[in-house]
Amino acid sequence: MYEVITTASVWAIPLLLSTILIYGMAKKIPVFEVFTEGAKDGFGTAIRIIPTLVGMMVAISIFRSSGALDLLTQWFKPLLQYFQIPVDIIPLALLRPITGAGSLAVTTDIIATHGPDSFVGRLAATMQGATDTTLYVLTVYFGAVGVRNSKYALKVGLAADLVGVIASIFIVRLIFS
Amino acid sequence: MVNYIWVALILIGIIVSGINGKIDHVSQAAFEGAKTGVSVCFGLISILTFWLGMMKIAEESGLLSKLQTWLNPIARFLFPSVPKDHPAMGYILSNMSANILGLGNAATPMGIKAMEELQKLNPDPKTATPAMCTLLALNTSSITLIPTTIIAIRMNYNSTNPVEIVGTTLFATMIATCSAILLDKYYQRRTWKHRKG
Repeated sequence: MYEVITTASVWAIPLLLSTILIYGMAKKIPVFEVFTEGAKDGFGTAIRIIPTLVGMMVAISIFRSSGALDLLTQWFKPLLQYFQIPVDIIPLALLRPITGAGSLAVTTDIIATHGPDSFVGRLAATMQGATDTTLYVLTVYFGAVGVRNSKYALKVGLAADLVGVIASIFIVRLIFS
Repeated sequence: MVNYIWVALILIGIIVSGINGKIDHVSQAAFEGAKTGVSVCFGLISILTFWLGMMKIAEESGLLSKLQTWLNPIARFLFPSVPKDHPAMGYILSNMSANILGLGNAATPMGIKAMEELQKLNPDPKTATPAMCTLLALNTSSITLIPTTIIAIRMNYNSTNPVEIVGTTLFATMIATCSAILLDKYYQRRTWKHRKG
């Protein structure tokens, strides 16, 4: 298991890159020109997140420096210690289904505070990548077509988020500790 | 929803700071947060530029549509109520492949298009159909092959091996997506039974 996952991590990007390049060459498209054309959007995409990320980072920074986070995690502590889950992960697990930019800000905060190669840092990164913002997706997708009654969709989305959180904790502990 | 959370985070932070006698920390924390926000976005420029360039090659060369052909049987299984040649199917396939390649910005418009097409098949426009719920389940727990943003942030903070979380993320995302599909199928069957009985 450990071997498979670490090998997959190292090979995923090089394999995908060579597949794209070889396929592009085989189809005789001007790969470099197409690359630069697509790459143009990268700058704009990154810049477009600035307002959301700054807004969220400010709120999280104020919240964290006040000591409110410690109060919150104090309540969960006995339970978390029993399952050996780091307390710093709780705000991320709670925010992940609600706001994408908010949870990205929390993830960045965790990585900045504890280091990218710490257990919490790896866990936060895995958790952030494993699920999507359920409430945002639900609002945007159903809102676009005017569906009011979402049936069981929210339940399924939130349950999947919870499974994603548990699976992240399980796999990160298995691989990295 | 986001509005409430944002305001709550700031106000609770200010109040607790006051109680803890750390009110002077508030403005400093605010400026530091803003600074981190901007520096993270600048760190994202490099990898996003590179990745979107590569993805453009995948799109132009037809690799993206190839992926859609491979996904076709899966989509037929997941969306039995959608007719084979209905335009909704095409959008669902584009949405799925964009999600897998981590192209969130491309996935959302395709997903919305798919929803609009599914709405045309909907007998009651105010209520979600099973197919709509399945599409939503797929998107809320989207399978991601390469979590580009996270890798960029790890690079920013000098990780010794920024990509080492690709495998763990893939594992967790697959488990989450599988359980989303299973739960969706379960509720679908239960709702259908209720209607019969």
